[in-house]
Amino acid sequence: MARDRRFAEERLFRGLMIAATALIVSCLALILLTVLAKGLPFMSLDMVTRTPQGGYYLGKGGGVLNAILGSLYLAGGATLLAILIGLPVALYLNVYARPGGRFVAASRFAFDVLNGVPSIVYGAFGFTLMIFFGLRASLLGGIIAIALLILPMMARSMDEVIRLVPRELLEASYALGATRWETARRVVARQALPGILTAVLIAFGRGIGDAAAVIFTTGFTDAVPGSLLRPAATLPLAIFFQLGVPIPEVQGRAYASALILTVLILAVSLAARLLSRRLTRHVVK
Amino acid sequence: MKDAIAGKTMLALTLFAVLLVLLMIAGLYLKSRPVLSSHSLGELFFSTRWRPFRGQFGFLPFILGTLWVTGVAMLIAVPLCLLTAIYLSEYAPARVREWVKPLIDILAGIPSVVFGVWGMLVVVPFIKDTVAPAFKVFSTGYSVLAGGIVLAIMVFPVIIHVTLEVLRAVPSEVREASLALGATRWQTVKRVVLRKALPGVAAAVVLGIARAFGETMAVLMVVGNVPKVPKSVLDPAYPLPALIANNYGEMLSVPLYDSALMLAALILLLVILAFNVASRLVLRRVERSLR
Repeated sequence: MARDRRFAEERLFRGLMIAATALIVSCLALILLTVLAKGLPFMSLDMVTRTPQGGYYLGKGGGVLNAILGSLYLAGGATLLAILIGLPVALYLNVYARPGGRFVAASRFAFDVLNGVPSIVYGAFGFTLMIFFGLRASLLGGIIAIALLILPMMARSMDEVIRLVPRELLEASYALGATRWETARRVVARQALPGILTAVLIAFGRGIGDAAAVIFTTGFTDAVPGSLLRPAATLPLAIFFQLGVPIPEVQGRAYASALILTVLILAVSLAARLLSRRLTRHVVK
Repeated sequence: MKDAIAGKTMLALTLFAVLLVLLMIAGLYLKSRPVLSSHSLGELFFSTRWRPFRGQFGFLPFILGTLWVTGVAMLIAVPLCLLTAIYLSEYAPARVREWVKPLIDILAGIPSVVFGVWGMLVVVPFIKDTVAPAFKVFSTGYSVLAGGIVLAIMVFPVIIHVTLEVLRAVPSEVREASLALGATRWQTVKRVVLRKALPGVAAAVVLGIARAFGETMAVLMVVGNVPKVPKSVLDPAYPLPALIANNYGEMLSVPLYDSALMLAALILLLVILAFNVASRLVLRRVERSLR
């Protein structure tokens, strides 16, 4: 009797678990399919090759090229800036700092915690910075805010891959008379390159998709950004603003823009996966 | 020589990055000082009156809005995530695991505005046309429930990911010992694995809560944004992050408004930091004790 109940319970929970996993996976499928089904009918070449023309927000011609380019510039600039800070940080923690020391542990802890800070707070902080430096809403402001947002995750994931570089490799390099800087640059960074690139691409993807941090800092404009000091459009905000217009045609374009953004993100994440698989071939095992 | 310069530069960059959080607290605090000095904390936190044009800044509706939406999201997400994580770690064949994990990573990478679009297209009409009529009430669909559902899906990856790490850290000898004594798998999970992993699982849930607190765009698009204290899950709400994001345009033209919004950001930051620090400390302890 007790035995039967035990196995009934086992079966019940096993069933629940499979159902939960299936539900979570189907949420992803449902989201992707909804965006595809709603966005595809409004997709056109104009959407990706033209900027909003006069009367665009009333349903007239044009596309969201301004937002696509704006997002790419923004995420690209932010990723570059974050690499400039994040890579040295990850190298420092693994090559220069005392291994297993307090400083290393505290830094990793700080990045984990920072990674949990929401993007709206980075946006608000970026806004206070901009007021402090007398900057207006601009591409540069957005780049700084997004760079700060993606820095913790980038530094931490680079740190994780660099940590996996075998200690012996460093020691072999030192034994050949290399300095720590040469070792960091020529041995460690090269060995960890695939992982580093994956970290960069993932951070880039997060930069493209973020809306809350750019809302204060980057502004919005219908023109393709021509200068770091001018406002720039971004895809997430273009989606948001178009959805707010009560004209079916414009809302449809919001769905199409959401489709563009989703495809962009999926492409970046796919590239990250393929790249890391391909580049591992050149790594000393 | 070059080595020393590189080392110093890297140390400086590391210190900058680590101290970023203090810089953020200081920056937001400086900006929120005007409203803090002209209003008492009690008024700011416990008043429901939000009339920026008359200089009244009561955050209570927004704080409660955040708690309602997060609460609903957690009620949905926690059981589903625990079941999924346990399945992936204890039951699923390797092939299933290899398929499901990348899918969860993809879910984590979807931008929040896309979640918002999906929520407006699917969740909001579902609540308006199906859920609300079933309870014989009227709802526009833009509600706490809509925010909670969308938010739940957004925190799935966080909770599942961290729970999986925690479960993986439980040594397999523990399971084998229990199975050898004749316990079923579920009994082993329930009485042995989960008991050992409990602090870590709690930390995973707290990380999920912290994530939910700060989520802005998706929630803002489906939650209705009415600055009143919600009375049911079918009422609209107005969480703190939505308040900040929605009013960036007008805040500079009303005195103290920008200061109040920066205070909102500071509150969010401090609460989320506390949650993150607590759960990360627990996770670190768990990792060490199980190793």
